[in-house]
Amino acid sequence: MAPLTLAKIALRALLRNRMRTFLSVLGIVIGVAAVITMVAMGEGSRISIKEQMTAMGSNAVIIMPNRDRRGGVQMESSEMLEEADLIAIREQATYIDGVSPMVTVGGQAIVGNNNSPTTLSGVSADYLKIRNYEIEDGVMFDDEADRMAKVCVIGQSVVKNLFPDEDPIGKTIRYKSIPLKVIGTLKSKGSGDFGQDNDDVIFTPYQTVMRRFSATTNIRQIYANSIGEGYADKATEEIMGILKERRGWTRPTDPFRIFTQEEMIQTITSTSDLISLVLTIIAGISLFVGGIGIMNIMYVSVTERTKEIGLRMAIGARGRDIMFQFLFESVIISLLGGIIGIALGIAASEVVKNFFNMPMSVSITSVVVSFAVCFVTGVFFGWYPARKASRLDPIEALRFE
Amino acid sequence: MSEKSPILSIQDIRRDFKMGDETVHALRGVNFNIHPGEFVTIMGTSGSGKSTMLNILGCMDRPTSGHYILDGEHTEKLKRDALARIRSKKIGFVFQSYNLLNRTTAIENVELPLLYNSGVSASERRRRAIEALERVGLAERMNHVPNQLSGGQQQRVAIARALVNDPVIILADEATGNLDTRTSYEIMMIFQELNRQGKTIAFVTHEPDIATFSGRTITLRDGLIKKDVINENVQDAKAAFEALPPPEMIDD
Repeated sequence: MAPLTLAKIALRALLRNRMRTFLSVLGIVIGVAAVITMVAMGEGSRISIKEQMTAMGSNAVIIMPNRDRRGGVQMESSEMLEEADLIAIREQATYIDGVSPMVTVGGQAIVGNNNSPTTLSGVSADYLKIRNYEIEDGVMFDDEADRMAKVCVIGQSVVKNLFPDEDPIGKTIRYKSIPLKVIGTLKSKGSGDFGQDNDDVIFTPYQTVMRRFSATTNIRQIYANSIGEGYADKATEEIMGILKERRGWTRPTDPFRIFTQEEMIQTITSTSDLISLVLTIIAGISLFVGGIGIMNIMYVSVTERTKEIGLRMAIGARGRDIMFQFLFESVIISLLGGIIGIALGIAASEVVKNFFNMPMSVSITSVVVSFAVCFVTGVFFGWYPARKASRLDPIEALRFE
Repeated sequence: MSEKSPILSIQDIRRDFKMGDETVHALRGVNFNIHPGEFVTIMGTSGSGKSTMLNILGCMDRPTSGHYILDGEHTEKLKRDALARIRSKKIGFVFQSYNLLNRTTAIENVELPLLYNSGVSASERRRRAIEALERVGLAERMNHVPNQLSGGQQQRVAIARALVNDPVIILADEATGNLDTRTSYEIMMIFQELNRQGKTIAFVTHEPDIATFSGRTITLRDGLIKKDVINENVQDAKAAFEALPPPEMIDD
């Protein structure tokens, strides 16, 4: 029998049992939609991490105090970073070509009626190089000349917030009542997909923050730039050596933690990979359950239509005609479920992206694979019931009540 | 008639069924020929082997031994698919319980056998189905589904379905078994008419009354032919139908 005719017969049988067909399609729809959405979530976070990696500069090395854990309580260790460490690293380390502290103050930047809730970051000039920032307009402050100067360099988001219609260079912003003169603006880096805005930054000399804002000599973090890809480990080792030597450190534990950008990315990606793997497995299981639903329905269908099968055989249907009729039914159910599920999954991904602000990326691969998996599911779970139908004895089948 | 070669030939057919340790001999050496244009009834009580005979005639079952030649083709050794092809091309079945697909229109039911015959186009299928329905007088009901039709009408649809592939023989299995006398006679009228037009018919029944409408009666008992007689005095179904008391006088 022609495949088209078989498909028509199968379709008609499915239409005769709309509710049942709908429910078995639904099983697949949910499974596929779940797979598509979960994969989109995993893909999305992977892509956003990759974007961040390029945005942040992959040679960055970050030094911070080692946190002491006692009884589950995190304590600052007694070892703090200070300006002398920064200078030692800058002067002694050979595997780095830039170093900057990072000291921050939270608050609002205000210009007239405009304000911007932007963290004030105290850095040195090298910070731009380390984090791949570039000056758009004006200049970056100088570490020596502007040591405690009340100047700042602002990102494009801050420009937009505070100076919607005017050139910010030379204007003054107020941060915690302290006036800071804008001497430069940064080129836009765009936003990372985890919600942080790389352009929502105000840089000021670190000594300005330490002396004028927070009155501290401690530095929270030091950023350094290794001289190139593959030198991050050497740079780490070297910096740790310098820091230990300055303190005459002999204990086996390290006084500081040093992260390389690569490590951080690996940590984040491996976590997100694991999460997306688990989610995909769960989604896959729901697709499998949907497949079992199809199998169940097909069994019921074959049993219920035993007499019909007998009749079809009596009037000349071959075993394979019967087999393909039922196989077509299960494949139609699963492909229909696949198409609707893909559409629903894409829609769900858009909803999550727009309403929950999560990075989502529906990959063509996941769509194609889902569709293929649906086809295989239909054939796989329809196979046994269809074969059972095709092997019925026409005489017995006709007698079946 | 005897000079013509038979359309089907049954030669020493035996059929054994294994029931656990026991072997049941349903047919124990049956011989007969049916010639083109014959209307044969096969009679017998239950257990006589007539159902087994019908299944073999219909190529749904194979004999344990013996030969069955249908339209010049030896069928006794054929595989499942080959038997299906023979059923599709050479045999038309009419069943006791009609076996129409429900929620499927009369015309689609009639078209069904042609679906399994890949040589027939969709338009050809429709044309032949309408023609078959016309032959049983149901052309105007072709878009009705079975439960909109009476038992007699359903059986006529089933007859049209048996006709549509232009089989060499129509096999009827107690085709009047579910019908009242009037409707039975109506159905027999159709069979007689088809036979008059040249169709070969084998009609299995246990009702002696029905056998009087055919030209020949083969009676089976215990797996053997007990009688094989030519009916010299074939009853005309139309006359018998008209002789029945009108339906409103039947008091049930």
